[in-house]
Amino acid sequence: MDTLPLVLTVGLLALAGFFAGKHKARLASTQVRSHSRPHYHGYLVALWTLIPALLVVMVWSFASESVITRLVVAELPARIQQMPASEKSLFTNEFKNLANEIDVKKHIPTEAIKSSDSTAVAYQAAQRYIQLTRLSQQLKAAVTLSLAALLIWFTLHRVQPQLKARNSVETIIKGLMIVSASIAILTTVGIVFSVLFEALAFFRHVPPGEFLFGTHWSPQTAIRADQVGGSGSFGAIPLLTGTLLISAIALVVAVPLGLFSAIYLAEYASPGIRTVAKPVMEVLAGIPTVVYGFFAALTVAPFIRETAESFGISASSESALAAGLVMGIMIIPFVSSLSDDVISAVPAILRDGSYALGATKSETIRKVVIPAALPGIVGGVLLAASRAIGETMIVVMAAGLAAKLTLNPLDSVTTITTQIVTLLTGDQAFDSPKTLAAFALGLGLFVVTLTLNILSLHVVRKYREQYE
Amino acid sequence: MTTEALPNTDPSAESAALQQARENNRAALDVTVDKTVGQPFVENPKISTRHVHVFYGDKPAIKDISLDIGRNQVLAMIGPSGCGKSTFLRCLNRMNDTIPTCRVEGDFRLDGEDIYAPGQDPVLLRSRVGMVFQKPNPFPKSIYDNVAYGVRLHGLAKNRAELDEIVEKSLRRAGLFDEVKDDLHKPGTGLSGGQQQRLCIARTIAIDPEVILMDEPTSALDPIATALIEELMIELSENYTIAIVTHSMQQAARVSNRTAYFHMGKLVEVNDTDRIFTTPQHPLTENYITGRFG
Amino acid sequence: MKNHQEKIRNSLKKRHARERRFRLYGLLSVSVSILFLLLLLTDIVSKGLPAFTETRIKLDITLDPQQLGLGDHPDRDALFHANYSRLITETLKKMFPDAKTRKQRRDLKQLVSKSAAYDLRDAVLANPSLLGTTQSFWFLAKDDVDQYMKGRIDRTLPESQRRLKDYQLAWIDRLLAENRLEKRFNKTFFTASDSREPEQAGIRGAFVGSVLTLLVTLALSFPIGVLAAIYLEEFAPQNNRWVDLIEVNINNLAAVPSIVFGLLGLAVFIGFFGVPRSAPLAGGLVLTLMTLPTIIITSRAVIKAVPQSIREAALALGASKTQVAFGHVLPLALPGILTGTIIGMAQALGETAPLLLIGMVAFVADVPHGIFDPSTALPVQIFLWADSPERAFVERTSAAIIVLLTFLIAMNGLAVFMRKKYEKKW
Repeated sequence: MDTLPLVLTVGLLALAGFFAGKHKARLASTQVRSHSRPHYHGYLVALWTLIPALLVVMVWSFASESVITRLVVAELPARIQQMPASEKSLFTNEFKNLANEIDVKKHIPTEAIKSSDSTAVAYQAAQRYIQLTRLSQQLKAAVTLSLAALLIWFTLHRVQPQLKARNSVETIIKGLMIVSASIAILTTVGIVFSVLFEALAFFRHVPPGEFLFGTHWSPQTAIRADQVGGSGSFGAIPLLTGTLLISAIALVVAVPLGLFSAIYLAEYASPGIRTVAKPVMEVLAGIPTVVYGFFAALTVAPFIRETAESFGISASSESALAAGLVMGIMIIPFVSSLSDDVISAVPAILRDGSYALGATKSETIRKVVIPAALPGIVGGVLLAASRAIGETMIVVMAAGLAAKLTLNPLDSVTTITTQIVTLLTGDQAFDSPKTLAAFALGLGLFVVTLTLNILSLHVVRKYREQYE
Repeated sequence: MTTEALPNTDPSAESAALQQARENNRAALDVTVDKTVGQPFVENPKISTRHVHVFYGDKPAIKDISLDIGRNQVLAMIGPSGCGKSTFLRCLNRMNDTIPTCRVEGDFRLDGEDIYAPGQDPVLLRSRVGMVFQKPNPFPKSIYDNVAYGVRLHGLAKNRAELDEIVEKSLRRAGLFDEVKDDLHKPGTGLSGGQQQRLCIARTIAIDPEVILMDEPTSALDPIATALIEELMIELSENYTIAIVTHSMQQAARVSNRTAYFHMGKLVEVNDTDRIFTTPQHPLTENYITGRFG
Repeated sequence: MKNHQEKIRNSLKKRHARERRFRLYGLLSVSVSILFLLLLLTDIVSKGLPAFTETRIKLDITLDPQQLGLGDHPDRDALFHANYSRLITETLKKMFPDAKTRKQRRDLKQLVSKSAAYDLRDAVLANPSLLGTTQSFWFLAKDDVDQYMKGRIDRTLPESQRRLKDYQLAWIDRLLAENRLEKRFNKTFFTASDSREPEQAGIRGAFVGSVLTLLVTLALSFPIGVLAAIYLEEFAPQNNRWVDLIEVNINNLAAVPSIVFGLLGLAVFIGFFGVPRSAPLAGGLVLTLMTLPTIIITSRAVIKAVPQSIREAALALGASKTQVAFGHVLPLALPGILTGTIIGMAQALGETAPLLLIGMVAFVADVPHGIFDPSTALPVQIFLWADSPERAFVERTSAAIIVLLTFLIAMNGLAVFMRKKYEKKW
């Protein structure tokens, strides 16, 4: 039985348990006054069935693949057993892919089996793998369903008027709520550990000093020792300068445009213009980044190159300027809506004080409102910077791959996020320095953006307290 | 209070106090104030206003007020909350321009010059007619920069030394200099409420206006700070024309030359302060200053 | 005093000019943003609209069993494996005998798409009695012909700079003259999955992948988000370190770059828990973690807005805290929570970067059947097509973007509608 039907069956069993429990409780409470209303007994039966059974399904599903793989590998001929770990994992992937192909597509690559000895072994392993997987599925279904049935029988047995079913149900629900809320913490822990462990593994291959201060980035490592191509170099400085260059261009576009838009909408625009312009600007924030990337790569970048060439300047077709410009436009709504909030929060009596001294509106805005709102605006800009640094799709599509150490906006640069995507979408063994490097970059990205976010939240909160 | 609620329904048996209360209530509700009593006009006024109407949207806030403010005098405006005295004050330096729904009609003149004339620049007007607000509102800048703000805006100081001089002079005239002379570069928001309000007054007189409007300048302050500000007002009236809105009749009596009583958007009575507090002519004024309602 | 006024009066002109300039900057900024949006949309719509039509070519095919290499009574298997593409090639050769050189003959074959042979096969399989007769078929044209029909290939250019040579254009002209070329609504785009041939590529696989991914996301993030929000608003103890930690984490996660979630998904879900790569399940799990902060933050705001008096009234009637939360507060907050959830789903629908890392970027020509099948998603399909060199993919990419934006607008529109309809001022 597949996992999805199994889960549905368990759900149906729980539903049946609910009605049975409710019914039994109702019958029992005709003579004695029951502690809890009948449907709570029903809920209790259902929850006691559902939660353990689903836990079993989850654990089994997650554990089975690695267990089965280990079993299959253990049966492989000694020749393969003795291979180095990396080749063994390649072989494991091979027979798993084969199994997938046979199982899903019902396609048997007969000609491949005859071709070489190693594929024949892989084919056998794949067959065994499929066989064990089926067995595991059947066992899983049997264990889960009998557990569910047992639990229904047992909990139904416990339904009695004295049973504090409501309290038990509420305790279970409260537990579920705490678990749900704690997922936020688990996520952060998961992020930290996943990037940290892989990054540490990376630093066993490449010293941190070289990574942080090296100026040459060329992650093409040789897969086998006898291949030419060297060991690759992992100096992250060009990626950092590339990221900063593009983010700086984006902020140069977004901060003035966003800030002036916010000022105009908050201080000058008539209510009619405001109700139209504000949502329209919000639309800019709702457009998926892949759309911006497409626009940057296919419309803006060629336009910039042609314009530059018409002035006799050479420009790359993947210029930092194109990516930065489009990213800047994307960030405008972040800057403007955050600035709008803080500008509107500046108390009216400060404005009145300035007007009463004979200041014009713009003088009041520049000399009183903006300085008063500055912490909030800075917070917004920090948040925008964090977004620019972490933005992926625009740079993957519109920025280049060549790690150049340049500040020329018409040149092509690469960024941290571009490299993460490039390193992880190729066909590479999972634990090669190349893929591990992506996690080291991810660690850096996480630390930088987290710092900016915390700083920004802190600054904005301090600002709010000032006027509350 | 109604007659039916009383045990004795004979009108002749009503107590004098009850009759008085009944009359007051009727008077308070009776808004048929046709004509301002007393002396709303003066010889050679600094500011003169005629037939002023103000609306917020469709709602009238001020109905047909005509009033003069005498040169180098203090005019106090009193009246219950919502009577339109603050709105009227804000018309005098066109602060109501910043409220989109507000519409002002009538004739306003400063030294005979039309305040609302098409060529009149509110920026220039406000440099001549300064304003101090109910809640002290120093800018989030240093004490020095607060006072220098208007001076810098209008380019009134040729150099730093001249600016320093203006700042010191203004702070001295506001009676604040000795308290803050060592902290000129600390934020103005760090001062006490009374000091903040005197800082706002210093800020206003730094650009040397002709008229100072004060909108309940002491309502947020303690009695000692209030006394200091009142003293300051009397001193300033030697050089400036002052119009003050106040909730406190005692304050009006202490600082003003003339007093105007507003009631529900109308100007009921204007007279010399001594006369209005001793012999009010309109029953509404009398009821108000004797504390029967307010 | 007069001196002051003189100074102020003199400075006024300059100051008012500065005021007007300042105001103009503001107006310009707003206009630039809005203009850019219009530019982006017009660019994409003008590029993408042609993709909703496709070009078909009418060929009269004589289904000669001999030429197909079939015997007298061919079985189904023989029919399936017969060489239909040769039949099409021969028909074309007969129509255009002027194709002499090898290159010209190859180009002749390139008038119709490779899918023509499959269409022909399916027609014969469905009705074997067609064998031996001559039938007219409207076959899908190759992308270059299609692009020419849509005016994307300029025939005034020198021959060496064109994708279509003079003789190819002559063939097309003849087909046009004989009314054998026709533009129709592009059904292929909605019914086919990804393909290496632009004219055969469609969004169905990616669309189904997106739907499955979003279903997983919704099924996980909605209950978890609501439970977490209720806990934090109604049950969480004040000044509890664990609760503070949860709040800090939710706020920070809302601003963590999406690609970092992709790394998490790759390392934890795929690497550690063994969720299949490229599967909607993996995508849904990652997107759940990304949308949870949005759902929790908006749900908390809505729950907070439910007035205290309702809770107190219910508590006073003897309801337990849980009964109050789920029986009274939650139903009142539900419309607002749903609005927040729709907005979260819209964000998830447009998300691309994390899906690249968990392998949903693979070339998948099949429609996924479940959440464990390899699959791609609509935004990832856009990314893949945008990377393809063929010109014809540009219009497909734009068309896919139009479809994606339509869904986003619909979802956000629904959210706005719900907010307007159920907005309560307590």
